[in-house]
Amino acid sequence: MGRGFKATREGVSVHLDTAEASVLRSLVASMVLDVVEPGETGDDPLERALRIGPATEPTDPVLARLFPSAYADDDAASAEFRRYTEGDLRDAKRADALTLIETAVGGKVTLTPEQAQAWLRALNDLRLVLGVRLEVTEEIHEEIAEMGDDDPRYPAFVTYDWLTYLQDTLVQALW
Amino acid sequence: MTIVWNDPVNLMSYVTYVFQSVFGYAREKAEKLMLDVHQKGRAVVSSGTREEMERDVQTLHSYGLWATLQKDG
Repeated sequence: MGRGFKATREGVSVHLDTAEASVLRSLVASMVLDVVEPGETGDDPLERALRIGPATEPTDPVLARLFPSAYADDDAASAEFRRYTEGDLRDAKRADALTLIETAVGGKVTLTPEQAQAWLRALNDLRLVLGVRLEVTEEIHEEIAEMGDDDPRYPAFVTYDWLTYLQDTLVQALW
Repeated sequence: MTIVWNDPVNLMSYVTYVFQSVFGYAREKAEKLMLDVHQKGRAVVSSGTREEMERDVQTLHSYGLWATLQKDG
């Protein structure tokens, strides 16, 4: 788990081992696709047709971070905004996750500009989900350095760190 | 106006890149806003009509940034 993205003439590209590609696909499937349900989940047919979704902030802290309230000081406005936007946002996040899953294969992966944007957002969503679950702080590098490799949190933190590296090299390659 | 709040997951490079691509800001301006978010905990990243701000917030949420709307003043 050492190579990151590079800018090439054909687009941004990364070399993934078969194992790395498999870990990446599996993490995005289980941590993003399985967590973010499709946008149309209401019971009322009219609301489904108009794509009107739930009005309340999710109680799960992971979902609350992926779908934050839009107004910090106005619950009614937040509820209204959420009803009309969360469904589209859910579908967009699922589409990004699916793009990553379909294109993350072992060997050289070269992304189109659209696929690269989907990877950026999907890697970030995955890091947000892991970050909330692992209660990551800005001192994560120091934490990992001080953590022994027999610490039960170690594999998850090292995986998070690898995803951070992948995302950061993708940003640098796109600049 | 649209406000972005600091969080421990979003990378400084990524936040700068998102400000550049979403708002078309020059790198210097995007970096200054990112540093404001990082050091002061929040920054106003755009201002305009309520419709424009709601669109900005929705776009920033699609990139996973923690963005909220606030009425001016």
